[in-house]
Amino acid sequence: MQNILAIWQREMRSYFVSPIAYVVLTVFLFLSGLIFFGNLREVYQYTMSTAQLGQGAQPIDVPAYVTQSMFRTVTVILLFLLPMMTMGLFSEEKKRGTIELLLTTPVGNTHAILGKYLASLTFLLILFAASSITISSLFIYSHPDWKPILAGYLGLFLYGAALLALGLFISTLTENQIIAVIVTFGVSLVLWLISVFAASATGAVRDVINYLSVISHLDDFIKGVIDTSHVIYYVTFAFVALFLAYRSLESMRWKG
Amino acid sequence: MIEVEHVSKIYSGRRAVDDVSFKVEKGEVLGFLGPNGAGKTTTMRILTCYMPSTEGTARIAGYDVFEDSLEVRKRIGYLPENPPLYPEMTIKSYLEFVAKIKGTRANQRKSQVSEAIGKCNLGDVQNRIIGKLSKGYKQRVGLAQALLNNPEVLILDEPTLGLDPKQIHDIRTLIKGLASTHTVILSTHILPEVSMTCNRVVIINKGKVVAMDTPEGLARQMRGAAERVSLTVEGPVEAVREKLSGIDGVLNVEAGDSEGGTSVNYSVECQLDSDLRRVLAAAVVAQGWGLLELRGVSLSLEDVFINLITKEEA
Repeated sequence: MQNILAIWQREMRSYFVSPIAYVVLTVFLFLSGLIFFGNLREVYQYTMSTAQLGQGAQPIDVPAYVTQSMFRTVTVILLFLLPMMTMGLFSEEKKRGTIELLLTTPVGNTHAILGKYLASLTFLLILFAASSITISSLFIYSHPDWKPILAGYLGLFLYGAALLALGLFISTLTENQIIAVIVTFGVSLVLWLISVFAASATGAVRDVINYLSVISHLDDFIKGVIDTSHVIYYVTFAFVALFLAYRSLESMRWKG
Repeated sequence: MIEVEHVSKIYSGRRAVDDVSFKVEKGEVLGFLGPNGAGKTTTMRILTCYMPSTEGTARIAGYDVFEDSLEVRKRIGYLPENPPLYPEMTIKSYLEFVAKIKGTRANQRKSQVSEAIGKCNLGDVQNRIIGKLSKGYKQRVGLAQALLNNPEVLILDEPTLGLDPKQIHDIRTLIKGLASTHTVILSTHILPEVSMTCNRVVIINKGKVVAMDTPEGLARQMRGAAERVSLTVEGPVEAVREKLSGIDGVLNVEAGDSEGGTSVNYSVECQLDSDLRRVLAAAVVAQGWGLLELRGVSLSLEDVFINLITKEEA
């Protein structure tokens, strides 16, 4: 436990002494803020135009509409940004030779992986905490139902956790951060776009492809539904990626 | 304390380490000597559980490096060839981090860290960022890291690399001081280092152990059948050579290069266990020639090393 904590702490420090954490935070907040604003405007214009036409405006749940479309866009932003948070986790250790320190002290591979993974999850929570400022502004002007919003955040967190685990695994494969980030992004994108292929498939194949897609499991969360099967999907995804990372570290010893 | 038995490591078909066996007793300092690429680092990596050997076994304090890797790792301090440092950390926070992952108890951590800082003379710079330090400081931080948690065994891969002469001297003194409480293996290709710090030397070349002895023992072993004396004499070359050859116990005299003017360097081979320096000096002076220099030549570790390595290649 002390090991995990020590590695978590060191990793958090290295996020925040390098510009990367600030850059990712800034870009994330800017984009999610912009989209939030855009969505609000859209709703506003819609109500204005329906009012001008003299039709009775359709009643819409403005806060729910705005948060849901923001969550959907945030999934794309995370797809781009999260690989940056994992690219250095192991590749940088390999490049600097500090992996030799980690693997020759009583820190096990499991502890090293968990410490680093927890650090990346912590950063994800920091991102969410910062972005919740825009959403909480809704509470000032209206009375949104907070439970679906929380469900949406839970879904985003699970989705992010899966991508981070994938990135961590890929980071163990190379000592080049750029390669790690590009491959992570590429693989995530494939898992994202896979649902497009599902459209042209039929029967069981279609179901399987749909099940593999990282994004198809997110929709229910965003609508405010917490379905355990989706939770299981993301948790399994992360677990498999972390296990692969473990095996990859093991095999590194043998290859030398 | 350290037992290595028939260890081999094969990298993509090449034998980096080939059937290496040696033992190190508690409190010994073993020097691991060899040209670059001889397999020193690989052997050390096997001992530190960084990579498994292809064949053979190695035990540290009775624990197998493969089977009981965790127990071994608790007992070693390792300085890799490139000190494993995080450039964005300060020396102190880095050492605290290493102390934590080495499992130092919380109440001892502070004293452990300050002790290591003191031993490696890092007190003045302990709050500086590692990335901004010179190579010599980085090397010392690497050494300080290895000392944390008082490991029984220290494995140091080229500990004096990149240090200035004063620092090299300090580190050697430090290593000698550690020998009473720790067992040390250090690798180097700097020969005087070995004769100064080590009780025993293992010379390794192309993955194989080519010699293993005390530094003096190695020199003795290589000296062969003759003692050598070197003379610089001012006088007629032929006459000097004839005179020296005539002395009882002299086996061979070789005239070397002239040092400008009439002085010439002679290399005299004498019988083993005879000290002819006094007789040689008297003979030269009695003839009225000028004796400019006279010294006994002992084969240095360097000669031993070169001899062994080149013999291997021949």
